Amino acid sequence: MDVASEHSTDHDAHHGPAKGFTRWVYTTNHKDIGTMYLWLAFAMFLIGGSMAMVIRAELFQPGLQLVQPGFFNQMTTMHGLIMVFGAVMPAFVGLANWLIPMMIGAPDMALPRMNNLSFWILPFAFGLLLLTLFMDGGGPNFGWTFYAPLSTQYAPPSVTFFIFSIHLMGLSSIMGAINVIATIINMRAPGMTLMKMPLFVWTWLITAFLLLAAMPVLAGVVTMMLMDINFGTSYFSAAGGGDPVLFQHLFWFFGHPEVYIMILPAFGIISHIVPAFSRKRLFGYSSMVYATASIAILSFMVWAHHMFTVGLPLAGELFFMYATMMIAVPTGVKVFNWISTMFRGSLTLETPMLFAIAFIVLFTIGGFSGLMLAISPADFQYQDTYFVVAHFHYVLVPGAIFSIIAAAYFWLPKWCGRMYDEKLGKIHFWWSFVGLNLTFFPMHFVGLAGMPRRIPDYALQFADFNMISSIGAFIFGTAQLFFLYIVVKCILTGEKAPACPWEGAEGLEWTLPSPAPYHSFTVPPKFED
Amino acid sequence: MVELNLTKGYWLFIALYLVVPQVSADLKYNMPVGVTEVSHAVHSLHMTIFWICVAIAVIVFGVMFWSIFHHRKSRGAKAAQFHENTLVEIIWTLIPLVILVAMAVPATATLIKMYDTSDADVDIQITGYQWKWHYKYVNDDIEFFSTLSTPADQIKNEAPKDTNYLLEVDQPLVLPVGKKVRFLVTSNDVIHSWWVPDLAVKRDAIPGFINEAWTKIERSGTYRGQCAELCGKDHGFMPIVVEAKSEQEYSAWVANKQAEKEAAKQAAAASATKEWSHDELMAEGEKVYARICAACHQPTGMGIPSVFPALKGSPVATGNVQEHINIVLHGRPGTAMQAFAQQLSTTELAAVITYERNAWDNNTGDTVLPQAIQAVLDKQ
Amino acid sequence: MNHQHYYVPEQSHWPIVAAFALFFLAAGTAHTIIHGQPLLLIIGLGAIAYLFVGWFGEVIRENQAGLLDNDQVDRSFRLGMGWFIFSEVMFFAAFFGALFYIRHFSVPWLAGEGAKGISHMLWPAFEASWPVMSPPDSARFPGPEETVDPWHLPFINTLLLVSSSITLTIAHHALKKGHRAVVIAWMFVTVALGVSFLVVQGYEYHEAYTQMGLTLHAGVYGATFFILTGFHGMHVTLGTIILIVMLSRILRGHFSARRHFGFEASAWYWHFVDVVWLGLFIFVYVL
Ligand code: HEA
Ligand code: HEA
Ligand code: HEC
Ligand code: CUA
Ligand SMILES: [Cu+2]
Repeated sequence: MDVASEHSTDHDAHHGPAKGFTRWVYTTNHKDIGTMYLWLAFAMFLIGGSMAMVIRAELFQPGLQLVQPGFFNQMTTMHGLIMVFGAVMPAFVGLANWLIPMMIGAPDMALPRMNNLSFWILPFAFGLLLLTLFMDGGGPNFGWTFYAPLSTQYAPPSVTFFIFSIHLMGLSSIMGAINVIATIINMRAPGMTLMKMPLFVWTWLITAFLLLAAMPVLAGVVTMMLMDINFGTSYFSAAGGGDPVLFQHLFWFFGHPEVYIMILPAFGIISHIVPAFSRKRLFGYSSMVYATASIAILSFMVWAHHMFTVGLPLAGELFFMYATMMIAVPTGVKVFNWISTMFRGSLTLETPMLFAIAFIVLFTIGGFSGLMLAISPADFQYQDTYFVVAHFHYVLVPGAIFSIIAAAYFWLPKWCGRMYDEKLGKIHFWWSFVGLNLTFFPMHFVGLAGMPRRIPDYALQFADFNMISSIGAFIFGTAQLFFLYIVVKCILTGEKAPACPWEGAEGLEWTLPSPAPYHSFTVPPKFED
Repeated sequence: MVELNLTKGYWLFIALYLVVPQVSADLKYNMPVGVTEVSHAVHSLHMTIFWICVAIAVIVFGVMFWSIFHHRKSRGAKAAQFHENTLVEIIWTLIPLVILVAMAVPATATLIKMYDTSDADVDIQITGYQWKWHYKYVNDDIEFFSTLSTPADQIKNEAPKDTNYLLEVDQPLVLPVGKKVRFLVTSNDVIHSWWVPDLAVKRDAIPGFINEAWTKIERSGTYRGQCAELCGKDHGFMPIVVEAKSEQEYSAWVANKQAEKEAAKQAAAASATKEWSHDELMAEGEKVYARICAACHQPTGMGIPSVFPALKGSPVATGNVQEHINIVLHGRPGTAMQAFAQQLSTTELAAVITYERNAWDNNTGDTVLPQAIQAVLDKQ
Repeated sequence: MNHQHYYVPEQSHWPIVAAFALFFLAAGTAHTIIHGQPLLLIIGLGAIAYLFVGWFGEVIRENQAGLLDNDQVDRSFRLGMGWFIFSEVMFFAAFFGALFYIRHFSVPWLAGEGAKGISHMLWPAFEASWPVMSPPDSARFPGPEETVDPWHLPFINTLLLVSSSITLTIAHHALKKGHRAVVIAWMFVTVALGVSFLVVQGYEYHEAYTQMGLTLHAGVYGATFFILTGFHGMHVTLGTIILIVMLSRILRGHFSARRHFGFEASAWYWHFVDVVWLGLFIFVYVL
């Protein structure tokens, strides 16, 4: 793979970033927008994380110490919402903005002004969401899954504001997804056929389809809530002929694809990092693409595995159990391919690779517990316990979050032209790794032993493991402040990075100088495989 | 421990996971084996799948760590060039598929068994309320509420916590051993979920709908569980206690319960004719208020703004008495304010209404007598 | 190596204006509903109007200046519009899905049929029918007295909307051939059909509310009826406005026979709205 002819970047000198405040507010540049997305995501991660700290502090010991049950529920709800919609999704969109144009040899995203709009909606949406905490009756207190009728007839009045903030987030995601699809389909450098696209681009293309199919359904279901609450309809009330369970079907039709929205781009990232540090091409490229597509398709047929205990008819229960179990197959293919990539490679363990290896191991553990949850009769015992909490934190924290951190270490040199401090990076890794397992592994035990989720206080037999979890959470949390320090240090005083700091890395983005020029490829490079 | 964690924290936990469940079978690290045929089946499904996953993990991570160790650049490894092989892709698609089918077979059998609610000996209708359970023995005409009995000072850390902290109730659900019991689970307000791990029964209580489940307990004893669906503020405080009794003991209990009901009826009649003084009603009312109403309207009567209205100074609690009686008897449909006509006796109702009308500076001076409540009830 | 230069617009203040406008629209609507004070909402609506005129105006100017006359840019717009319509399809799918669920699961279950028929214990008086004329708890949700006869007004509306799709297609073909006068004439007809549709629907709603007892409140039939037809009606309104804008642009001599994506996009949108109506007519009115 190389870049033919001189893609001159200097002729753009007159076209560099504007100065000051308007550079960010009025920008149409994919890198500026990507940067803003990433910082917003990090800020949200800290806010959502602080809420998790409130949860863990309250659960440090049995009994009510710090917060009242009503407020605890608001923290749980907001923590889930902010982490999912505020931290992970915007972080992936930020990475898409930064990387996709560079990886496919495009000057920018296909629809640059809309790109800026998708970003700027978010601070308003999250502002509105956070504002609900200060409204009469408090903020959303019905879990991030906001099941009706707790979230309709029995909700505090702020729920109407919550609904509109969800609408705004949905709008932003839909516009972002349209932009990604248009960019990938339309802006690839000559010679880059679909089956030669880098995997991050592939996974994002598929993720964008998921977003487009799932987010409007979420918009629809919150609209039904809005009508039930304020305009007297009875979608979710048996008294009028509706059904509270209808809410769950609609929510999870969105919600399950949503969890894959949070993991497919991560798969893409890992598929870049593992080959780079194994100095060996990714094993089974085409099967990786097919596996991703299969996961996406299956993800629309498994939603009711979150509803095994709501009393589905037996046939539905069986169908959703089988379909869910099937997802292990393509996911397994991905894991096996990564491992075969490492097999007989020439490995070095820089920070991004450490995070990537931890991703593979810990995500797989999370996948295994997912598979256990998929076994419907067993899920009767797991459902709504900390076993589920352990499952999804294993796929989300060492899954989504680790992949984002790994991506940041991997591409930071390209973004800011400077290297991070490798030693600090390794410390960050081990610090996080220990904290994370200490936090989330014991949750498997308390869950199996019978501790329900979303409770502010618990019976005595759960005490010791909860204390370990809380200690682990504080360790993990402080490690992320350390990450902030590493990134800032890198940006301000890091060593100058060469165009390609990684021996084994391939891809168009590494052919650009570091930091990447303001407009990536004004003249499309010739892509040769 | 801490030192070990720093180096191999993760593997330590794996080791714990592998060893501990075997040693202390259904103690506090693993799913309980339980006391029904179904719960045994579920437990063995759980363990089978767990071990399959462990086996896969050992192989997969084994290969991975072996590669990481032996194919290190620092050990002079040179990268090979292969990057595709259709045959292995097919193999590692098919093998997991076969494993999954092997898992699905026993799972399907267990599930079908769980769904067979036919031929039950005893029917119990279970209704979730914000934040208590109501049990109705459909065949025996017995019904009662079951509420958390852990005292507030334990929750607030003002008293030492008992062994069954948060897992104890005033009136447990009593069930016969060796009989097939069918549960008809529903809810009065939001979604709850009735869960007792030892029975491997968890069913969501959906307002307006009924879900069926069943159990056949093998051993007498006390089995504890909790509400397993977020149902609002006190979701963490609505436990379930099941007492399984031998058949004779169970029949005795039923007879006793029915006798109690008669006695209660007479007591109610007596109290209805009794001359209650204002102060007696206030004292009784304060107790009822603290037990039932304070969860929402708060001990101070201030409620929670925009969620639970304050009764202190409320236009209802200081205004028309009939309206006050009406809302307490019938609730407000579609809100958290439930109907209390069936939950409390006429005396308790009269007392709590009297209390609300005079506590927290509401000072209306009104006294509501049980007879007044009875009159309203009779009219319907 | 001669590539067309992809048009990357300069910095623009419109996105941030749009973000503000959307925020005021969202928070303002909620504020109006909860507190009954429409000030924020009015600001939001004003900002949206300003935004549409300004942002689209700018794109039109760029278009007239030939900046967008580029196959690749054109493809981006097509992809954008196409996938936007896909997301709209999914939005309606949620409401149609709810309708199917209610008809095939929740109503029969409540009336004692099917896997969860035991729920009937709670509503002994309830009988399954579609439309649901007396909901399980008729005290809280009084059912409708009558429902809309599909073969009157709705049928007329079907004819109106289907013919408007045809007239729009005629206009489009004329535009491709460069017959401007024909385009203008047929566009007038299309807009008129769209407006008549809305008038008829308004009349139907009025009758439903005042004479049939068919309201949002009338149990689950009223809910599905008004939400589905209402969202469709909002789309027709928007589509009509877009068509009026297109008409006025044609009157000003915009669009060429070769490149007129703005026009095509609005036609796509209109056809989409038409197809949704056919679904509604079948599943909401007839069946
Ligand atoms: C990134 C997010 C993410 C991902 C990737 C997954 C992946 C999976 N999840 Fe998870 N899940 C969540 C996020 C995620 N989940 C969240 C947030 C919830 C809770 C929501 C809430 O209630 O709040 C949840 C809840 C949840 C439930 C509901 C539990 C309950 O509430 O009772 C179930 C049940 O089936 C489930 C199953 C699965 C399965 C089967 C997978 C599979 O995709 C996993 C597949 C992977 C593997 C299996 C490992 C690798 C494979 C191999 C090495 C091959 C060989 C393996 C075998 C043959 C066994 N998940
Ligand atoms: C991507 C998603 C994501 C991420 C990253 C996390 C991260 C974390 N989560 Fe969360 N979680 C969810 C998604 C996520 N979670 C979801 C969807 C739910 C379900 C919600 C529901 O039930 O509705 C949930 C629920 C949930 C619960 C269950 C609550 C309950 O049932 O009541 C708990 C309990 O321990 C928890 C803990 C944590 C912790 C300790 C972290 C840590 O990893 C966080 C670490 C980060 C920081 C701490 C921030 C950085 C540090 C600072 C800002 C400085 C302050 C730090 C200190 C004082 C030490 N989460
Ligand atoms: C699970 C929560 C809950 C419990 C328990 C509860 N209430 Fe209420 N109560 C409410 C809610 C919510 C309202 C407001 C209903 C509405 O929106 O109209 C309310 C309203 C009232 C009102 C009318 C107040 C007004 O100003 O409108 C009275 C009186 C009242 N409750 C008395 C009681 C009594 C007496 C008890 C106990 C025997 C009790 N409540 C228990 C939730 C509860
Ligand atoms: Cu009842 Cu949770
Ligand atoms: Cu899922």
